[in-house]
Amino acid sequence: MSALLIAEHNNKEVKPFTLNAITAASQIDQDLHVLVIGHSCEAVVKSISEVPNVKKVIQVDDAIYENYLAENFTSAVIKNSENYSHIVCSANTFGKNLMPRIAALLDTSQVSDIIKVISNDTFLRPIYAGNAFATVKSTDTKKCITIRPTSFDPSPTSGGSAEIIKAEKAEVSNLTKFIKREEVKSDRPELGTARVVISGGRGMGSGDNFKLITAIADKLNAAIGASRAAVDAGYITNDHQVGQTGKVVVPDLYIAVGISGAIQHLAGMKESKIIVAINKDGEAPIFSVADYGLEADLFEALPQLLEELNKLNTIQK
Amino acid sequence: MKILVAVKRVIDYNVQVRVKEDGSGVVTDNVKMSTNPPDDNAIEEAVKIKESGKAKEVVAVTIGEDKAQETVRKALAVGADKGIHVKVDGIIEPLAVSKILKKIVEKEKPDLVFMGKQAIDDDCNQTGQMLAALLNWPQATFASKIEVKDKSLEVTREVDEGLETIEINIPSIVTCDLRLNEPRYASLPNIMKAKKKPLEQINASDLGIDIKPRIEQIKVEEPPKRKAGIKVSSVEELVQKLKNEAKVI
Repeated sequence: MSALLIAEHNNKEVKPFTLNAITAASQIDQDLHVLVIGHSCEAVVKSISEVPNVKKVIQVDDAIYENYLAENFTSAVIKNSENYSHIVCSANTFGKNLMPRIAALLDTSQVSDIIKVISNDTFLRPIYAGNAFATVKSTDTKKCITIRPTSFDPSPTSGGSAEIIKAEKAEVSNLTKFIKREEVKSDRPELGTARVVISGGRGMGSGDNFKLITAIADKLNAAIGASRAAVDAGYITNDHQVGQTGKVVVPDLYIAVGISGAIQHLAGMKESKIIVAINKDGEAPIFSVADYGLEADLFEALPQLLEELNKLNTIQK
Repeated sequence: MKILVAVKRVIDYNVQVRVKEDGSGVVTDNVKMSTNPPDDNAIEEAVKIKESGKAKEVVAVTIGEDKAQETVRKALAVGADKGIHVKVDGIIEPLAVSKILKKIVEKEKPDLVFMGKQAIDDDCNQTGQMLAALLNWPQATFASKIEVKDKSLEVTREVDEGLETIEINIPSIVTCDLRLNEPRYASLPNIMKAKKKPLEQINASDLGIDIKPRIEQIKVEEPPKRKAGIKVSSVEELVQKLKNEAKVI
């Protein structure tokens, strides 16, 4: 049998995490096909066909797929799912929204957010905000799996030449209407894939004070993250939230500023390579996961940090 | 309009979860249990819609062992009118939960079903979407704002890129995010009053559906521990360590 990966894209480009999902899916089954559902998405189809691990690309192209509505995507996936033992997608908001709808119609008990492929039916996944790892074995004949993108390396993007085939559109739902998408545009690296992330928490005290974080992020070419408390308080928008119900990040360097380190926040960042915590409360739980802890008032420490960084001759980008 | 809200009893979000030594699961004996946090947002939203006059009745349903009733009682204490407890022992997967909920929907005939977007125990994030599929209803997941219109809902969703707004026809399923609202606390008089509200009990085994687990849990283990770090005494020392020891800047 073969595995079918559902690509995430914006009709023009492949979303970076699709490449991580390709790596995971090809560990499950070498015969990996990718389903690209979208509108005028030829460029996406072409670039996926060049990914070495991909054996076939199936394109379902129609205006109804412009905005990735789960209802319409589901019928398109089901229609193309017959010959596959595994249906795979990233466990980000795209895949989380879509995959269970597919799984239910296939009468399959989905395995969510896997971090390791042990065999083609056995997987490792975090539970309880990553405080436990469960090894689980799916007994369904057809398996629906979402993968945690940051736990798999992105696959190379060139060298392959997969066959491209076109499939007809599937049944259309008129129960849902897309209205708008408010994307936060930024020149910074994406939070999910950035090499360096600097995050602020409730200790920042206001949205305005995040400029102290921004200045350092500029210097380090870092993405900006936040704890749930900072997002709830309105200091920063939801797309910055790192944690159990936000984004999971694994940068080389994670700097947590004014973040106490609730279990839910740690779930989103504790796999980072190097963790720095700056907090004036020496007892804050964030220090238990930090490689380097600095017990200090962030309003003094951040300007000093910028000053020290300015003194360096070179900074890795 | 009638709103059904599904709530789950989970280990309280403040508890540091411990893995059992035999690898069979996590320790739940003598551990504080609470309503799954985003399920509180789901109840709150339903009660708010009722208070605004747009809904007549809010029904709270939970699935689980006897003690799961506490979760329904709490929902009744913050404004739900009626409770349902579907009794099941042992592990129950989201697919089975959604099949049970489908039976409850067929019986109760709600116009909307709300629930949290994810349970903080198994972190599956599946049930709402699965129920929507089984009923062939539209879904709005990760809702941070819900506007009730005549025959539809306009829902703002929290997605990775920012926010997305969709309009879904009623009947529909909404899974709630933590920023949808600020859940209220139950007052003592309301807790007392909730004890008199109807709470129906149903045995899952009487519903005639297959709820056996399809996923075998082979073992549960502690995640790898991080090496203990050090405290630095100054920003200067921190930058030197990052540059010369960790080599990350």
